Amino acid sequence: MAGEATVINVAARTSLWLQPHRIVLILIALALVLGAAFFMRWDWLPQYYQMGLVGIWRSLWILAVTCFLGFLLAVPLGLAQAAGPFWFSAPAKAFCTVIRGTPLLIQLWLLYYGLGSLFPQYPWIRESWMWPYLRQAWPYGVLALTLSFAGYEGEVMRGAFAGVPKGQLEAARAFGMSRWKIFRRIWLPQAIYRALPTLTGETVLQLKSTPLVATISVIDIFAVSSKVRQDTYLTYEPLLLLALIYMAITGILVFAFSRIEARIPNKIG
Amino acid sequence: MVWSRPVHPSLLLAENSSSPGASHSGAKLIDALLPASAAGIIELLSPVPPGWGGTLLLGLLHSIEIAVGATCLGLLIGTCGAYGKLYGGPVVRDLLAVYTTVVRAVPELVLILLLYYAGTDLINQLLTAMGYQRIDISGLVAGIAVLGFVQGAYSTEVIRGAILAIPQGQIEAARAYGMSPGLLLRRITLPAMLPFAIPGLANLWLIATKDTALLAVVGFFELALATRQAAGVTKAYFTFYVAAGALYLMLSLFSNLILGRVEAWSRRGMPSVKEAR
Repeated sequence: MAGEATVINVAARTSLWLQPHRIVLILIALALVLGAAFFMRWDWLPQYYQMGLVGIWRSLWILAVTCFLGFLLAVPLGLAQAAGPFWFSAPAKAFCTVIRGTPLLIQLWLLYYGLGSLFPQYPWIRESWMWPYLRQAWPYGVLALTLSFAGYEGEVMRGAFAGVPKGQLEAARAFGMSRWKIFRRIWLPQAIYRALPTLTGETVLQLKSTPLVATISVIDIFAVSSKVRQDTYLTYEPLLLLALIYMAITGILVFAFSRIEARIPNKIG
Repeated sequence: MVWSRPVHPSLLLAENSSSPGASHSGAKLIDALLPASAAGIIELLSPVPPGWGGTLLLGLLHSIEIAVGATCLGLLIGTCGAYGKLYGGPVVRDLLAVYTTVVRAVPELVLILLLYYAGTDLINQLLTAMGYQRIDISGLVAGIAVLGFVQGAYSTEVIRGAILAIPQGQIEAARAYGMSPGLLLRRITLPAMLPFAIPGLANLWLIATKDTALLAVVGFFELALATRQAAGVTKAYFTFYVAAGALYLMLSLFSNLILGRVEAWSRRGMPSVKEAR
């Protein structure tokens, strides 16, 4: 039965793509792509593709690290706002408001140029083990992107924690679970299920924020494309390819998250 | 390929400040820098020329101008786009789907660069082809056009969802009265969709105010670039970026206040959200 359903599904999907106007549109798109491939200059590609791969890798790495760390930070932020006493919830709310109310570019520059210019005044920082890292740009980029993700996701997690039905927590307490166990087994998993659909969107937004680190001299894929533009005086080719790369990464992310979401029971709460 | 190793600006600063015989004492250094704190910050931020407050405020004004223009253009594109997506033919619908998908999948920074160069280039080529002089497109117009194009994709989705949330009977009733499409839009669809659209559109306005900062990368003078100039000249990086952050935050909080009122106004006569729950 299941096999039959998938066959019908696939047939329906292909027939959706094979409507006459779509065929024409696809042909036009193909013509545009081929025209771009033949009439634009792509001879710089062999020279730069290795650098581009490193750049893509660095962008993805920054994305993964900042999303992971940001999410870890968002859980306590959300919990503090949803259930914490005033002296926990107020700072958490203030943090989220400040992060969400100011542009990421300003946060990034504040950390890199602002905070970075304060550090060398203190000799104990210059002599500490952190100094070799603080001299580079990427820790500031990672920190800014992490805080930004935590700020936005903290707000989402607040709603997710608050949205878990009281009955679930009361039942867990009636089972005699400790507070930590209730949090670990009941509250957090259900909150994450609730937050997951928005998590996809937030991760895509985070991906779209990563090129900002190029403004503080981290060499990600955006910086590589800027370098190509400077070296070859081409305007469109590197930017178009860059847009294509970001679209491909977005597509992969959305697909991966939809697979993860499909594995989660949708009857919650 | 040899990459020049990125050097943190603090290093340059450190070398400058530690040059005159401050080799062993950090305390001396801090003493030298601290008096610049209280009185110095006020002096730096004062709105009259030796201070840079006026520059920042002018930048903020430009930012607000662009955000307002981009949001208006975005609303226009969004309304047309939503209508096209809902009632348009198959080709229009597919093209709009491509537009919203592509714009929402590509970073704003890349789109801004692409549209900025492509847009100005295209207009100039058109003009020269038609035999006119090349024109210099002002940063304001280009910024509004580029951000408006981006905002349009997001507001298309918001407005489409809001129109779908209107009870369809209302639109059918209006058609049954024989209203023309224009009148239907003006009297029924727009007012009825407003309460559903305002939260999303408010969010878009906040995004627009923050996205104006990205125009600094293409060299348009707004708050972020003004801050960068001020900080670069005075070397008071921390002060100026905190000040710019505070200005943006004030703009956001003030907008929140106004938008909350607008939302309450657009929901007048409807049951409150809290009661419905």
